Amino acid sequence: MAGFVYLFRLGKVDPALLDLAERCIRDQFRLPTRIAARKIDLAPTFDSVRNQYHSTKLLREVITDPPGDALRLLGLTEVDLFIPIFTFLFGEAQLHGPGTILSVHRLRHRFYGLPENRDQFHERVRKEVMHELGHTFGLVHCFDPVCAMRSSTYVEEIDLKSEEFCDGCRLRLEEKLTPLR
Amino acid sequence: MDPQNVGILIVDDEYSVRDSLCSWFLADGYRVDTAADATEALDKLQKSPWDIVLLDIKMPGMDGIELQRRIKKIAPKTITIIITAFASVDTAIQALKDGAFDYICKPIDPDELSHLVRNAIDRMRLVDENIHLKERVEELSAADDIIGETPAMNSVRQMIVEVAKTDATVMIRGESGTGKELIARAIHLNSNRRYFPLVSINCGAYPEGLLESELFGHEKGAFTGAQYQRKGKLEIANKGTIFFDEIGDISPKMQMDLLRVLETKHFTRLGGNKEIGADFRVISATNRNLEEMVKEAAFREDLYYRLNVFMINLPPLRDRAADIPLIADYLLKKYSLSMNRKFEGFSRAAVDRMMQYSWPGNVRELRNVIERALVVAKGLRVEESDLSFPSAVDGVKSSLRPLDDVEREHIAAVLNQLAWNISRAAEVLAIDRATLYNKIKKYDLRK
Repeated sequence: MAGFVYLFRLGKVDPALLDLAERCIRDQFRLPTRIAARKIDLAPTFDSVRNQYHSTKLLREVITDPPGDALRLLGLTEVDLFIPIFTFLFGEAQLHGPGTILSVHRLRHRFYGLPENRDQFHERVRKEVMHELGHTFGLVHCFDPVCAMRSSTYVEEIDLKSEEFCDGCRLRLEEKLTPLR
Repeated sequence: MDPQNVGILIVDDEYSVRDSLCSWFLADGYRVDTAADATEALDKLQKSPWDIVLLDIKMPGMDGIELQRRIKKIAPKTITIIITAFASVDTAIQALKDGAFDYICKPIDPDELSHLVRNAIDRMRLVDENIHLKERVEELSAADDIIGETPAMNSVRQMIVEVAKTDATVMIRGESGTGKELIARAIHLNSNRRYFPLVSINCGAYPEGLLESELFGHEKGAFTGAQYQRKGKLEIANKGTIFFDEIGDISPKMQMDLLRVLETKHFTRLGGNKEIGADFRVISATNRNLEEMVKEAAFREDLYYRLNVFMINLPPLRDRAADIPLIADYLLKKYSLSMNRKFEGFSRAAVDRMMQYSWPGNVRELRNVIERALVVAKGLRVEESDLSFPSAVDGVKSSLRPLDDVEREHIAAVLNQLAWNISRAAEVLAIDRATLYNKIKKYDLRK
């Protein structure tokens, strides 16, 4: 079943980031990618009190009316995400899902008052693309401290894990991916 | 703990909260379910066990505080975590007082939630481990049964049960080898202190200075060779029981020191000046005649009364001969297991022989005789010929022997039976103490 992983720009997104995510998906998931043409308006998801964007509402927009050949839908954004119960989210994914969104807002060093480190930032983005997309293929959080599916609630935890799936997660992922290639 | 084995129930009237938390925990691999109100939550808790319940304080109908109280009644092991808004932190604190594990404020910091759940799981694991260990202690305590069905032993067993419930100081009296330490252990394991240490100290085995150091511990540099600070047995026995074996053998100075510790439950390590408090129960044992020693001013009267609050007298084995086959069978099973050999039991003649023997060394001697018999026994049954009695006098043995030989054996038997109480032995032998001392010297008799 041939298909694509569609990437959505949610607001203004550096084209280099989209390119980075596409390469990561092609390398790690060996699936073809496409940039979605549909524009998604972020304004209705903005919460002026929290100064953040409602992640679940945005995800709902991403998965609405998907292209016929979409295998998965990934929304990429530079804005800060939240859901009412949590203070923030790096991303949100549908377990076994088709859709996921990822914010790079808190992956940047400048968010923490540090000078930018482009290489480490890109590494974080790749890890989180793998992580969130991994959820859509049914992968749950992994106990292996260096597996990309390790749960990360703060950015240092993202830095601690590797850009690889552990053997178990890789095996489970390949079972899901093989029929799609 | 595998997340799949941890069940989390989320109780919140807001769908978005339930949905978000459910997705969050599902991604971690937990077993998750949700309930929109208290009624649904209680229903789910009654149908299946949940390890952790996350519940919102403010809900229509029954609120989170009341729900938490109900959960504690129907599922006391379930850990509850309260979700609250900043405005109702006071209410959350009330929930903590009612037994909630912790509370978390909305909106939740994901990192905080992860830590909280991990801590809750850690506590669950520790509680489970604790229950398992307690069960193991119960098993171990049950394994060391006190064998015997004679009225004397039934009375001892009854006394153990009665005194174990209290914190009273116990003195165990009995001849050497009657199992005084076993009784001390049984008292400890049946008491509320059973999950804390039982520390035994054989007072007769240490010279005075060393006994002091063993009991009170010492600071670094307290004496030559004291390279490190060391806790004493009294300190180690904190919250548990200390068992002083052969208490009659301690020196007058040690008696004074010990009396002070028993009265104040405070002491200082050798070479130290800091007072250390310890909470321990005291059990002591002796085969000596303390009353006689008190009369002779060899044992402090005040210490004697302090130690002798509740006395258990262990009968010598010869006074409960009916128990010998039971104990022998118990030991046979125990040793045949450890030796990995199969035995069906004792021959009738072997049992008769054991019952006729006077057992001056009591159960300890019986144990040694049986252990040796199992080594030499060839068949499936232990025969009379396999038994060997090394003790001084065998009650059934008779032969044409020199008078000195008979006298030596008889004096030794009397002394052993009376725990080497010279005055009483002289009385029984109808000779004066000086004559008895001369005969002990002549026949080179030793304790």
